[in-house]
Amino acid sequence: MAFEYAPAPESRSVVDIRESYGLFIDGEFADGAGGRIKTVNPATEEVLSEVVEADAADVDRAVAAARRAYDRVWGPMPGRERAKYLYRIARIVQERARELAVLESIDNGKPIRESRDVDVPLVAAHFFYYAGWADKLGYAGFGPDPKPVGVAGQVIPWNFPLLMLAWKIAPALACGNTVVLKPAETTPLTALAFAEICQQAELPAGVVNIVTGAGETGRLLVEHPGVDKVAFTGSTEVGKQIARSVAGTRKRVTLELGGKAANIVFDDAPIDQAVEGIVNGIFFNQGHVCCAGSRLLVQESIADDLLAALKRRMSLLRVGDPLDKNTDVGAINSAAQLERVRQLSELGTSEGAERWSAPCELPERGFWFAPTIFTGVSQAHRIAREEIFGPVLSVLTFRTPAEAVEKANNTPYGLSAGIWTEKGSRILAIADKLRAGVVWANTFNKFDPASPFGGYKESGYGREGGRHGLEAYLAK
Amino acid sequence: MPSDRLAVRKTYKLFIGGAFPRSESGRSYPVRSASGDFMANAALASRKDARDAVRAARSAFGKWSGATAYNRGQILYRVAEMLEGRRAQFVAEVTASGGDADEVDAAIDRWVWYAGWADKIAQVHGGANPVAGPFFNLSTPEPTGVVAVVAPPDSALLGLVSVIAPAIVTGNTVVVVAAEDRPLPAVTLAEVLATSDLPGGVVNVLTGRVAEIAPWLASHMDVDALDLAGVPDRQAATALEVAAADNLKRVLRPAETPVDWAAGPGVDRMLALMETKTVWHPKGV
Repeated sequence: MAFEYAPAPESRSVVDIRESYGLFIDGEFADGAGGRIKTVNPATEEVLSEVVEADAADVDRAVAAARRAYDRVWGPMPGRERAKYLYRIARIVQERARELAVLESIDNGKPIRESRDVDVPLVAAHFFYYAGWADKLGYAGFGPDPKPVGVAGQVIPWNFPLLMLAWKIAPALACGNTVVLKPAETTPLTALAFAEICQQAELPAGVVNIVTGAGETGRLLVEHPGVDKVAFTGSTEVGKQIARSVAGTRKRVTLELGGKAANIVFDDAPIDQAVEGIVNGIFFNQGHVCCAGSRLLVQESIADDLLAALKRRMSLLRVGDPLDKNTDVGAINSAAQLERVRQLSELGTSEGAERWSAPCELPERGFWFAPTIFTGVSQAHRIAREEIFGPVLSVLTFRTPAEAVEKANNTPYGLSAGIWTEKGSRILAIADKLRAGVVWANTFNKFDPASPFGGYKESGYGREGGRHGLEAYLAK
Repeated sequence: MPSDRLAVRKTYKLFIGGAFPRSESGRSYPVRSASGDFMANAALASRKDARDAVRAARSAFGKWSGATAYNRGQILYRVAEMLEGRRAQFVAEVTASGGDADEVDAAIDRWVWYAGWADKIAQVHGGANPVAGPFFNLSTPEPTGVVAVVAPPDSALLGLVSVIAPAIVTGNTVVVVAAEDRPLPAVTLAEVLATSDLPGGVVNVLTGRVAEIAPWLASHMDVDALDLAGVPDRQAATALEVAAADNLKRVLRPAETPVDWAAGPGVDRMLALMETKTVWHPKGV
């Protein structure tokens, strides 16, 4: 039975999107030399704005501005002063929280419930957390008087645009680095709003520079000789290109890449809680989550019951207008991503897996994909091996704990994993054996600025968050 | 009497999976002392030997990384004891290739220093995280996996110990390419390891040409990390780092300036070969 809800749309009036934006370099918005790209609302395909596709000259100017700010202002500034700027930023993010949440949902397609309750509060918390580190770095375990690295070139993805910006900028600035950040091609607007926040905080010019653009702009930034530190979140494929391009340089690199997380449900797990965790694991943010629990490993003896409960729950998911406060699953971020999700799903069917999608009406315009599960999936199937990055779950079964571990680790990725069981000793034993950077036991997709995040194997290297997250931004 | 007796020479072989095979290629190369005298024929390892060594290291990883930290510390300390017992032999080999006796003493002491880290590094670099919610949240450093190491060419024993010990003390397993022109102490170290309760395959020693073996290790998809301490040539190191990107190996680049291996090493090498795992669990009654 589906519950009927009246629409409860969040007001768009809190945001003011300009027709076009320049680049944010040296404290000012300036026209770029490069071409223009449009950013659209994935829920409606409406063009929201135009931004610059920064070219080599633009990136040069941004890196030069960051270098000047590093040498003259931010590097020499006492940590306690840097801290106060970061606290200011955290507070302004809180003050403008609703505006940022609405803007994020419009540009990205994620439900307002998530941008409002997850993304934006975590952004503020992240700046608040790292602000406090700025004058305590000598206690972080990286030497008595650790120094910044220099200019950081940071490239972030479209799935959590503002949150990924916070993960990158907050620790970099706390440690005394300056940054040039490139937001994703399809989701530049909250990064540009953040540029205004930097202005409101009176952050010294050049400490934060935002260059918009697509992959080529990112490549120019990463490969720029004036960049000392590269931080990238995105696909494993691009991560490998970056690892090659920095070979032989002295650039420091952290990579937070793809995943194909196993969410393991044992026969003694509380079914209803596990179902909530599975849903949260794969349908949170439309499955556009690198640590999504995209492979469900369920113990054979409870597989039928669990799948029945999962399908019942999925039938209640509300897919639609991201700005509606009742919406559970929003829009796929772009036409290109929708195409990829469709292709891989069709492959799942053609390789012999059984497809089931939640019965839901999808809007006519925009990019949509119904929450979907595949059963009868084998480890050789591409939908069990490749990151789909969409609301698509592959279900496999296991009989023994050893088999569960074997299957969970049978992937080149190693970002996250989930364990559902009532037995504490089993949680600890399985968690020990999983080759993944984050293990959620009887929960999933939890994030916190104090908690280190990052992968094993081809999910990348380095950690973001917590004390560990400082290391990448301090000189050796 | 002793002057009439012909010495029994040692055959210097590879060390793979706890055994001492010759190179499957049947090749060897002459090792000469600093003064140019012939010392021994060392095995000239091949691509196949390198792959066998990686397989041995992978097989050993589960048990070694799963051993208690206390147990690993005991075994590493046992290695130091065995090193001390072989001190005279190491001094002879190291001095013949241009080193001195102090290097041997420093190598033994370095091994003792690392042995003590086994059950401390996780306390110093892991711990509870105060997250904003009702959750237990713990970060623990864990070994990265199989580490391929090119040992420093200039410090046949101390340099070698300084790259092996920090890798294995935390639970990694290692394939090490010994100093090309000074491989004999590495083989003798392997004999020490083989008699110290270190499980076979935790350390695998290859002797031979770095330029021949290292590319296969750098591109091997079952190697998790690559330590280029012994590749001072920038072009060669760059090529290896590029190859390592195929499966995103953690790469320890060679130092820009020559390393003083006698200086205190710090914890950087241990940390560079570890991953942090963070486990969450809800709190509730």
